[in-house]
Amino acid sequence: MHAIEKILARAAGKKSVSTGEIVTAGVDVAEVNDLYLQVVTSFYQLGGTKVKKPEATTFVFDHYAPAPTIKAADNHRAMREFCAAQGIDKLFDVGRGVCHQVLIEDGLVAPGAIVVETDSHTTTLGALGVFGTGVGATDMALILLNGSLWFRVPEVMKIVLEGGPPGAGVMAKDIILHIIGDLKQDAAIYKCVEFTGPAVAAMPVEERFVLCNMSVEMGAKTAYIQPDAKTWEFLATMGVGKALREVDTDPDYVYASIHRYDVSAIRPSAATPGSVDNLAEVRSVQGVHVDQIFIGTCTGGRLNDLATAARILKGKKVAKGTRLVVIPASDKVMQDAMAAGHVQTLMRAGAVFSTPGCGPCLGAHEGILAAGEVGLTTSSRNFPGRMGSTESRLYVVSPATAAASAISGTISDPAKL
Amino acid sequence: MKTLKGKIYSFGNNIDTDQIYPGRYLELTDHKDIGTHAMEGVDPDFSRRFERGGVIVAGSNFGCGSSREHAAITLKNAGVAAVFAKSFARIFYRNCINLGLPLIMVPDLDSFGLSEGKEIEVDLAAGILKTEDRVHKFLPLSEDILALIENGGVFSLYRK
Repeated sequence: MHAIEKILARAAGKKSVSTGEIVTAGVDVAEVNDLYLQVVTSFYQLGGTKVKKPEATTFVFDHYAPAPTIKAADNHRAMREFCAAQGIDKLFDVGRGVCHQVLIEDGLVAPGAIVVETDSHTTTLGALGVFGTGVGATDMALILLNGSLWFRVPEVMKIVLEGGPPGAGVMAKDIILHIIGDLKQDAAIYKCVEFTGPAVAAMPVEERFVLCNMSVEMGAKTAYIQPDAKTWEFLATMGVGKALREVDTDPDYVYASIHRYDVSAIRPSAATPGSVDNLAEVRSVQGVHVDQIFIGTCTGGRLNDLATAARILKGKKVAKGTRLVVIPASDKVMQDAMAAGHVQTLMRAGAVFSTPGCGPCLGAHEGILAAGEVGLTTSSRNFPGRMGSTESRLYVVSPATAAASAISGTISDPAKL
Repeated sequence: MKTLKGKIYSFGNNIDTDQIYPGRYLELTDHKDIGTHAMEGVDPDFSRRFERGGVIVAGSNFGCGSSREHAAITLKNAGVAAVFAKSFARIFYRNCINLGLPLIMVPDLDSFGLSEGKEIEVDLAAGILKTEDRVHKFLPLSEDILALIENGGVFSLYRK
């Protein structure tokens, strides 16, 4: 069996499972974010009165925090009331950050766990050997009601990253954009994507999150990286000392497919407007004027991302005619970045900071694009209209490319800095 | 809901949930309101031109992107009777089935030649789709899922 199958089997109280089988598994941690008052509505519509596992249930206000409208404020208030009535203590209110990052930092996520959130980027948690997956409101309401949910045991695609070290200016973001551009955005529908190989082993955990995070842009149900010494070193800083379930993959497990990439051959990359699998090397689109650059989110707003941007922008200025919006993925990231001087460096360069959370990623607030504008983002998606007007054009890039482009006000290759 | 009849509304590949339901409306919670913005990110006129009971036909990876259940709610409340596509994104698929909106995956959908505006008749249980001049077969949803859809979604299992 694959490690992911062992997690599902044990959570379902079974000795073994096989691909395609549908199992009902206990959910170890459930998270509801502030897009989802519908979870509460569905919970009551399903006849729910008491949340089955309030201690394993969390709410995070990240998509609309602080509330930009009266309606969003009403939704927040209704969720606070629900948590109070249901004895849910883990309500991470305005300013704590993006749900995935917050759960990790609060030590709620341990290898071998099943974590389900009302957010597609829950695949991020796979970088810690977790079965993390996103659901909609009604599935989440069923979890609150029953403490479990049905899952189809997924096929597993193995992506082996070889070679390295990566070239100048290349981050995990460039690697995953390259992979999605190659395999295309429907390559992993309903599958688990496992990342392995020497270049993954050499990668810091913060960068591994980026690979797993963007697996959902290929359709992945979940992602997986087998925990190693680096994982445990990282988890120790979050107060996690042991796995919830110790699992690994049997040597005779048969993968649905295996894909190999030499990371040394990958150059700074971009997803050009409209789709995440529109792959271009940054050097082929350089010179395009940029109106707004956004560094942030669960994909590109961690300490490592802010540090990279600060290193490039130290002593420099954001070009006239270009806005740089920086939103740390969490309050911890923001405080660590302040302690390291990155926030100061970026503000001196002309960056605008906003409350830790999702920011403009989903086009709700804090940096919406006007018709005709060009945006660069370190987030994960550039669907038409994702960050504002459907007449805007959005490129997905790494924090290094974003920072390099801020100096010139045009798309620029960080490899040259 | 053994059979349904309606007009085809045709879309391409990789129609994401931002196109099905733009992010700027995510704070809405009333299902009637949510239903007025269906497909607005790809076709701002869709709500005006759509006739209830119509069927969406699309390419591969329909519903990719965000987990927002609003995408399923908007189609259901706009009166979309079913969606046929070559493949669906996972979260969107679960969301729609939970709400009782039938999604039918037909890998060789291109061979059906279903174009915009055509009238079709579908027998969900038998797996038969009829156009004016042709009859196509598809793999029907399981009996359990069909029963769930007929009863308006997963809620029916709990209201006893």
